[in-house]
Amino acid sequence: MQALVIAAHGSHLNAGSSTPTFEHADTIRAAGAFDEVRESFWKEEPPFREVLRTVDADEVHVVPLFISEGYFTEQVIPREFRLEGWDPEQWDSDGTSASSTTLPASDTGQTVHYCGPVGTHDAMSDVIVQRAESVTDDPDVGEGFGLAVVGHGTERNENSAKAIEYHAQEIGERGRFDEVKALFMDEDPEIDDVTEYFESEDIVVVPLFIADGYHTEEDIPEDMGLTDDYRTGYDVPTEVDGHRIWYSGAVGTEPLMADVVLERAADAGADVTDAIEQVKAETGSAHASSD
Amino acid sequence: MLDESLDALVTAANDGITFDGLEVTPTNGSYTVAVDGESATAATDAELRSLVSDHPDHVTNWYFWHAVAPQKQDRWSFLRWLEGANERAVADRYERLEAGIVETWGQLRIEVALVDTDGNRRYSLRHEDDAGVPGEELDTHTDPLDARTLAKHDDDGRYRPLKTAPSLQTGWQFPDLTADQVVSAVDFFYPATSSNWHKEREGELDVSHWHETVERQTGIYGVVETWDRGEGYEHVNWVAEACCDDSQCLKRREWQYDEETELDIDGGDGSFPCREPCSLVISAARKWTKLEGEQPATYEFELTPSEKEQIEAIIDAVAEGKTEEIREADVYDDANRYRTRFLRAKLFDDEGNLCGVDTEQ
Ligand code: SF4
Repeated sequence: MQALVIAAHGSHLNAGSSTPTFEHADTIRAAGAFDEVRESFWKEEPPFREVLRTVDADEVHVVPLFISEGYFTEQVIPREFRLEGWDPEQWDSDGTSASSTTLPASDTGQTVHYCGPVGTHDAMSDVIVQRAESVTDDPDVGEGFGLAVVGHGTERNENSAKAIEYHAQEIGERGRFDEVKALFMDEDPEIDDVTEYFESEDIVVVPLFIADGYHTEEDIPEDMGLTDDYRTGYDVPTEVDGHRIWYSGAVGTEPLMADVVLERAADAGADVTDAIEQVKAETGSAHASSD
Repeated sequence: MLDESLDALVTAANDGITFDGLEVTPTNGSYTVAVDGESATAATDAELRSLVSDHPDHVTNWYFWHAVAPQKQDRWSFLRWLEGANERAVADRYERLEAGIVETWGQLRIEVALVDTDGNRRYSLRHEDDAGVPGEELDTHTDPLDARTLAKHDDDGRYRPLKTAPSLQTGWQFPDLTADQVVSAVDFFYPATSSNWHKEREGELDVSHWHETVERQTGIYGVVETWDRGEGYEHVNWVAEACCDDSQCLKRREWQYDEETELDIDGGDGSFPCREPCSLVISAARKWTKLEGEQPATYEFELTPSEKEQIEAIIDAVAEGKTEEIREADVYDDANRYRTRFLRAKLFDDEGNLCGVDTEQ
C-alpha cells in the first residue's frame, strides 16, 4: 500500500483556492499509482494535523503544494504532521534543492516520505513553459516572445525569490524564448514596469502561484496596467506601452502540475513511473509534441 | 456469493471463529459450531459447510465484515455502528436491514440496506432535511469525490470555510454506495470525523487543549499566545461560545482551556468530537488578541430605553445570523432594517459616530 497526501494552503475566504489541489489529486487518482490520495490543508479540512489518520497505508508520501521552501515546508507542515526528528538540514537544500526525507509520524506511527515543495522541482520549469503554451494557444510559443516568471520578492521569504530566479534561469538556458526574466511584486525588477524589462513585443507573464486569488487576479493585473479595476477583467493579450501582454494567471492551475506532484513522490521512492507517463500524456500533450 | 462466503468461512475455521453470535472451534480435526448459543459438532469440512449453510445470514454477515467491508479499524467500526452491529443480533439486524437502517452523522442521513440474500449492503446518503424527498427530485451522484464540491457551498451559494458548520447544502443524493465509498464520501463531507470518533471510542483521542494549541502557533499566529497571559480563561469561554456552539459547528468540542481547567461552556451534542481549536478559531483568535489588547474607555451616550434594547436586538440578530429572516415591513422587530436605518439617521453624525461621540484611540 502506498498513499499520497497533498499538503496545500487552502483559504477561509476563497472557495476557489482548493480547486487546483482537488483537480491535481483527481488526475493522480485516475492514474492509479497510489492506493489512496488525500488532499489536506492549512486553512481547510482535513487539516495537516489530522489527515494522516484518515489514510490507511503505513507509508505515506507527503508532497507540499507550495511554491518555495520556507516557513510552511520547514516549520508548519513538519510540526502539524508531527514528523518526529525533522530538521530542515535533512533536505540539505540551498533554498531550491530540497528532495525528501523519511520520518515517522508520532501520532499514527506511519512512515512519512516528506518531499520538497512542487514549486522548486525541475519539472516546474516545464509547467511554466506549458502555461505559456496554454495562454497563447501555441504549442511552439517562444520565438519573438519574452517570458516573465513572477512571484513575491524576498520580503516575505528569501527562498520565494530564489525559486522564481531558478526557473527563469533554467528556462532561459533552453533558448526557447527570446528573453526570460524573473519579476517581483514587491521589489526590483518590479512587475509594474514589466514592459521596460523586455524588448520583445509579445510578453507572456506567468505568476508562480499555486492558486488564483487576490495576488494573481487583482494585484498583478492592475500593477501591470492590464486593467484599472480587476472586476472589469482584461483581454489576453492586452496591449500595454506598445507590448502585448499574455497574462496566464496562476501556474498552479495548469493540469501538468499533477506531474510535478508525482515527480516529487517518485524522487522519494514511490513507484509511479507508469502514472507519470500517463499524466504527462494526458495533461502535457502540447509540451510533449514540442519537446 | 454464499458459496464464496462458505469457502472462505471453512478455510478460516481452522483458526477458530467468534463473530456476531457465530462460533466455530476446531478440535482435533472436527469442529464445534455454535450459532446464537445452540451448538452442534461437525466431523469434517464438508459437514461444517453443510451445518453453517443452514445459517446463511451468519455466513454472509461474517463474510461481509471480513472480506467486503474496509478493514481499517475506524472505517470498520463506523460501518458497524451504522447498522448497530454491536447491539443487534444477526437475525434482528438482517430483518431491519431489509427495510433499511438509518443513522445521522452531522447533517448527513445515512441509510444502509441489504440488496440481496448474499449479505451485500447498499449505502445511501443525503441531507437529513431531504429525508422525505422523492429520489428523482434530488441530484443524483455516484462518485464520492463529488462530496468535496457539495461541501463547498451552502444553499445560498456561500462558501463554507468550516466543513462541520450546520449549513450543508440540500438537494442531492448518493443512492447507491459501497461500504468503501460511503466511508470515503462521509470523509469528504466531514473530514477525519469518523477517525476521531473511533479514537474517542477507543479512549485514544489525542485532544490538544487551547493553551497548548496557541502555544504551538508561530508566524502571524504566534501572537495568539500572548492572549493567555495571566487573564484566566474567560476569554476562551467567549471564543468557544462564539465559534463552537452547536448552532455554529456540529463537532462536539472536547478541548478545554488546558488539561486541568475545563471551560464553563458546554461542548455541544455532536456525534463526533473536536480535538483541538481549528484554523478558523485560531484566525479569529488572532484578531481578538489584538482587539482585546485595547484599554476600555468611558463613553457617554444618550439613548431612550427602547433604543438601548434595539441595539441589543441588532447585535443578537447578527450573532444568530437572523438578519435575512427579518421581514422588511416587520417594524415590530427591533432588528428590522427600516428601524435600524431610522436609528442610524437619528443617532449617527456625518462621520458615523454613535450620538456624535468620537472614538477615543
Ligand atoms: S474549534 Fe470549535 S468551531 Fe472549530 S471545529 Fe472545533 S468545535 Fe468546531
